[in-house]
Amino acid sequence: MTASLLEIADVSKTFKRTRTEEVRAVRGVSLSVAAGETVALVGESGSGKSTLGRIALGLLRPDSGRVLLDGQSLYELGSRELRRARTCMQPVFQDAAAALNPRKTARDHLLQALGARDAAAVRRAVELLDSVGLQPGSEYLPRFPHELSGGQRQRLTVARALAPRPRLIIADEPLSGADVSIRGQILNLLLDIKRASGIAYLLITHDISVARAFSDRVAVMMRGEIVETGPVGEVLTSPRHDYTRRLLAAVPALPSQRAAAEVAARADR
Amino acid sequence: MSANILEITGLTLDYTARGRTLRALDAVSLSVGAGEAVGLVGESGSGKSTLARAALGLTPAKTSHIAAGEIRIAGRDVTHFSEDEWAEMRGDPVAIVFQDPLSYLNPVMRVGAQIAESVARHTPSLAVAPRVKELLELVKLPAACAASYPHELSGGMRQRVLLAIAIGCRPRLLIADEPTTALDVTTQAEILALLAELRRQLDMAMLLISHDLGIVAQACERIYVMYAGRTIEWGSAAAVFETPAHPYTVGLLRAAHADRDSDGHFVTIGGDPPNLAITTPGCPFAPRCAHALPQCATSMPGPVTMGGGLQTVRCWRCRPDASHAAADAAGQAP
Repeated sequence: MTASLLEIADVSKTFKRTRTEEVRAVRGVSLSVAAGETVALVGESGSGKSTLGRIALGLLRPDSGRVLLDGQSLYELGSRELRRARTCMQPVFQDAAAALNPRKTARDHLLQALGARDAAAVRRAVELLDSVGLQPGSEYLPRFPHELSGGQRQRLTVARALAPRPRLIIADEPLSGADVSIRGQILNLLLDIKRASGIAYLLITHDISVARAFSDRVAVMMRGEIVETGPVGEVLTSPRHDYTRRLLAAVPALPSQRAAAEVAARADR
Repeated sequence: MSANILEITGLTLDYTARGRTLRALDAVSLSVGAGEAVGLVGESGSGKSTLARAALGLTPAKTSHIAAGEIRIAGRDVTHFSEDEWAEMRGDPVAIVFQDPLSYLNPVMRVGAQIAESVARHTPSLAVAPRVKELLELVKLPAACAASYPHELSGGMRQRVLLAIAIGCRPRLLIADEPTTALDVTTQAEILALLAELRRQLDMAMLLISHDLGIVAQACERIYVMYAGRTIEWGSAAAVFETPAHPYTVGLLRAAHADRDSDGHFVTIGGDPPNLAITTPGCPFAPRCAHALPQCATSMPGPVTMGGGLQTVRCWRCRPDASHAAADAAGQAP
């Protein structure tokens, strides 16, 4: 086991709802992501997975426990050091339309992430757009978010996340709300980026099929705790925890996977 | 014919805004038999929600316009019904549940009162309270829920409240527009089981609209696949899922299965979802279709029945006369 890129150790977070009522969103959770590894964090809404994601990103200070990024303890850094440390870790969120400024162009978004406005930065912005499949990049530079389709907007947020050359992307439900045909395109994009740059992902999702298709390891979260974790093949084919079994059983099955593949093969002839 | 609770024939519906016209539905035909569960599948912008709203007279009167075709509910032609006439149809014989219960429930009114409100229209006042109790039981909510406000309930419970309101007037057809999309998988499974049970108990037909092929496969006997305002393939759910014929249906199924190619990439449907502002005389899927023939760009093929009548598809590649199709396309569209 190599040193982890991200190490979440015994982290807890409690929110106060009212003066007396508390929600223990995350309870003593430990989770690690090695360099180049893809880990899926699976759970239902309210399981605490997004809270854990925000803690991992350095956006929400936990009540106890530590988050180590490349050996540095995030919440013990000063704010300037935290900002520097954080550049090697970038977020991609669910709602690309909300994550982009409607009054700024793709060029503005990327130059801001690159922290420069010179000719070299613009060239790099074009490269980034090309690399996420918005080709030719120069054509997309002047576009505003509303001039892009939903899938293209998510591509732009991925390009922006790639700008500081991160080693880890934390993606919180990057595919929910996307149509099936778009979902595959974005997954392929994340896959290509991983192959090209050896980036690691922490993929937060409620969609088990995405976790199954895309990740090396899975952690299943329920009521603030990780109830099961392991290699994706193991956890999703022979789940040990009852909750994991229930999650898997609840996914509506499609009939005859093979038949569809055969038809496709026939259509290709 | 008379057995169909919903019969839509050649329905064409346009939206007009800022001087531009979008054809949201283009000669769509669809039927739901009494007691039958029918699924309607398509991506965003395919027109499936417009169809659902049209079947209840809920498309905005100012911006939408039915250009052709007709809608019959329980044998009555409702195509050009007035708002008053529609009011007689809603609740019984046809009711609807939407995706997001929170936006359809009144946040400052107890849910019991909201259920009572819809029931009161069809029930003598003395019978309303017992009926509300009975409905809560039917959707498996504790009676105490009647005193709750929507924000005090979970997403699954709110959807049950919406269901209680919908079935309150004993509809013969329930239209469910993405009823579980906002819910977690385990809650989704509960709501789907509840829908199936209610259908059986109340002998109610259902038109289930979803972008999730798995849900439709599980819950429906027949399905329709829509793309860019047109139905492109339909038939028995078993037949369409086992032997999808239209390249779009094939692509949807392979994407839903998360199939991978030899390179480890996910199989996708290339290109972007259709832009309704760009109209084409041909097949709207042609620009994204890997198997497009020359005639696909110029004319939309008529329906071809396959698989012993279990399945119908509109695709040039599936027509026995595909080789002569170019000549056909030069003439008029079938």
